[in-house]
Amino acid sequence: MSSGRDNTQAQHGYALAMLKRELILAYRKRGDLANPLLFFVMVISLVPLGISPDSSLLALLGSGMIWVVALLASLLSMDSLFRGDYEDGSLEQLLLMPQALLAPVLMKILAHWLMTGVPLALIAPLLAVMLSVPGEALGVLLLSLLVGTACFSLVGAIGAALTVALRRASLLLSLVVIPLYIPVLIFGTAAVHNAASGLSSAGPLAILGAFLALAIALAPFAIIAGLRIGVDG
Amino acid sequence: MGSPMWAVLKNFWHKLGSPKWFYQMSSRWLPWLSAITLGLLVWGLVWGLAYAPMDAKQGNSYRIIFLHVPASFLAMVGYYVMAIAGIVGLVWRMKMAMWVLRAAAPLGAVLTFISLFSGAIWGKPTWGTWWVWDARITSMLILLFLYLGVMALQNAFENEDSGNRASAVLTIVGMINIPIIYKSVEWWNTLHQGATIKFTEAPSMHMDMFKPLLLMIVTFYLLYALVLIMNLRCEILRHERRSQWVRELALNGKLL
Amino acid sequence: MSFQLSVQQLSCERGGIELFAGLDLAVTGGDIVQVAGPNGCGKSTLLKTLATLSSHYSGEINWCGESLHQVRLNFLSRLLYIGHKTGVKLQLTARENLAWLYPGPGSQIQIEEALAAMRLAGYEDRPCYTLSAGQQQRVALSRLLLSDAPLWLLDEPFTAIDKDGVEMLEGLLEKHARHGGAVVLTTHHTLGCEGMRTVNLQDYVPVAGVGT
Repeated sequence: MSSGRDNTQAQHGYALAMLKRELILAYRKRGDLANPLLFFVMVISLVPLGISPDSSLLALLGSGMIWVVALLASLLSMDSLFRGDYEDGSLEQLLLMPQALLAPVLMKILAHWLMTGVPLALIAPLLAVMLSVPGEALGVLLLSLLVGTACFSLVGAIGAALTVALRRASLLLSLVVIPLYIPVLIFGTAAVHNAASGLSSAGPLAILGAFLALAIALAPFAIIAGLRIGVDG
Repeated sequence: MGSPMWAVLKNFWHKLGSPKWFYQMSSRWLPWLSAITLGLLVWGLVWGLAYAPMDAKQGNSYRIIFLHVPASFLAMVGYYVMAIAGIVGLVWRMKMAMWVLRAAAPLGAVLTFISLFSGAIWGKPTWGTWWVWDARITSMLILLFLYLGVMALQNAFENEDSGNRASAVLTIVGMINIPIIYKSVEWWNTLHQGATIKFTEAPSMHMDMFKPLLLMIVTFYLLYALVLIMNLRCEILRHERRSQWVRELALNGKLL
Repeated sequence: MSFQLSVQQLSCERGGIELFAGLDLAVTGGDIVQVAGPNGCGKSTLLKTLATLSSHYSGEINWCGESLHQVRLNFLSRLLYIGHKTGVKLQLTARENLAWLYPGPGSQIQIEEALAAMRLAGYEDRPCYTLSAGQQQRVALSRLLLSDAPLWLLDEPFTAIDKDGVEMLEGLLEKHARHGGAVVLTTHHTLGCEGMRTVNLQDYVPVAGVGT
């Protein structure tokens, strides 16, 4: 039996190795990385075309539209989170790791967020300018989306895990996950609205942070349970 | 505590896990439960629709409350029934609990739909519009989405057991999320003042209106239990159709 | 470090259909057990079940006298499972495919040695989609040299492996058993390992018509 410290070190080793593997994989498939981003930009550019180019109207709708479309873009990228691992058998190996699966699973999600959520959040202020969102709100938009997309990745991973054994589950995954995304959307857009109208957005941002903490603490249990069911099925 | 009460409970719990026992016991209860439920339903509806006083502002249109409020109530309770069944099914690996989950999902979805639909009918004469993005209505709509997600996941698996377990995990996640969703939507609603119309909130509801409403809520609990048990019996027969006792029932013409 | 994996009255199902029933089996150090039977008789399901990956079974599985699910982590730390889907990711190189499973500080050299022993020297840093099916299988099987787990569960390890490779693997299995390890494997090859036992799942076909 190894001592507690050795055990922790081994856990760190597995977690870091997992993160490295995910980042390498993302780099090898770097063509796919741009897709959610392109989706984001394209759908946002439909907004003025579909509603009105009137900048006062766009300023009103802009931040909400950006949040909704970022939610969808993040959602579209979820299906592939565990699917490749399921198909080639590495998911079985992940579940057979002789240790708590919390760290490796969180690392997979961290990698996913770094590859989708962060780029979406970074490009959002640019799109916000195109939709005439007031300049004061851009910083809060970026910050709220950084936290919000992390929540989306964690909660979406529950859906991805529960549908991992199903073929063409992308739509089902969306149905399962969208209701769970609603609180994040509400407080995310509220933070941006507050900032745009000169109010403090500290409150909504703090609640977003609380959601993130809750998701980090609880989502992995559901994710691991879902993965076990998927491999079992 | 080794009290006899505990032993009885444990025995009952154990028996609940047996489909055959449940089917046979419920065959005995069902006529009574149906009769009581039907009687209360008629009583409550006649009381509420015909004898309760008219509302000073809304006239007779408020009477849909006797359907709307109990349905909303049980729609909410139904989700917790599912989640508890899911926990029992996952932790104790009890097949019957998973079948309860299967039986409860469409029932809850229908109740949620009734709640939304009756709300819309009520809304038309009251606010002049079918739909208002009120906090409660929006929460109900999200609850319907949650129900539909659970049902979609249940039916997506070829292996029914996997589908049951996956949907059980989802209901538990949903159960944790429901209070968060409700509070968020409530907060969202106060943020966007203007569209808000206070709904079903009856601070000065007259006792003559409240009593039949209470009766209808109790009746809906019984109705829920009745339909749930009937759904569950269908699930039992479907799963146990190859077993000896179901065959015997069928041969003796006692299935229904 | 002796161990025992014992199975009593095990029956497994797939998609609600019972595949085999009443299986008794005990595996301890020194054993090589070949699970035999025609396609679809439940060989892979048995291995998945033993590896704690499947829960569609009834009967008892014990690890060192205790219920498998109660000592799961202990069991997993002494298990090497290579399934039908080997876990080799095509976009990763051979080295990267092993690195995340064996992240320890000294493992770089060990991985290199293992790959060389599997006749993959020179292929370490090529993406696995450029390797042949047999070479990909060898990448997965390199884990036999890297793992210090005493119990190996191998599902069709000889798939796409050439004749020399099969002989080498047989040698590896024998050596593992001599050193106190145990192997449970499925294969359609006729193996010449010393002291090998065969369990034919056809002998455990469930009796039809007995409903639950």
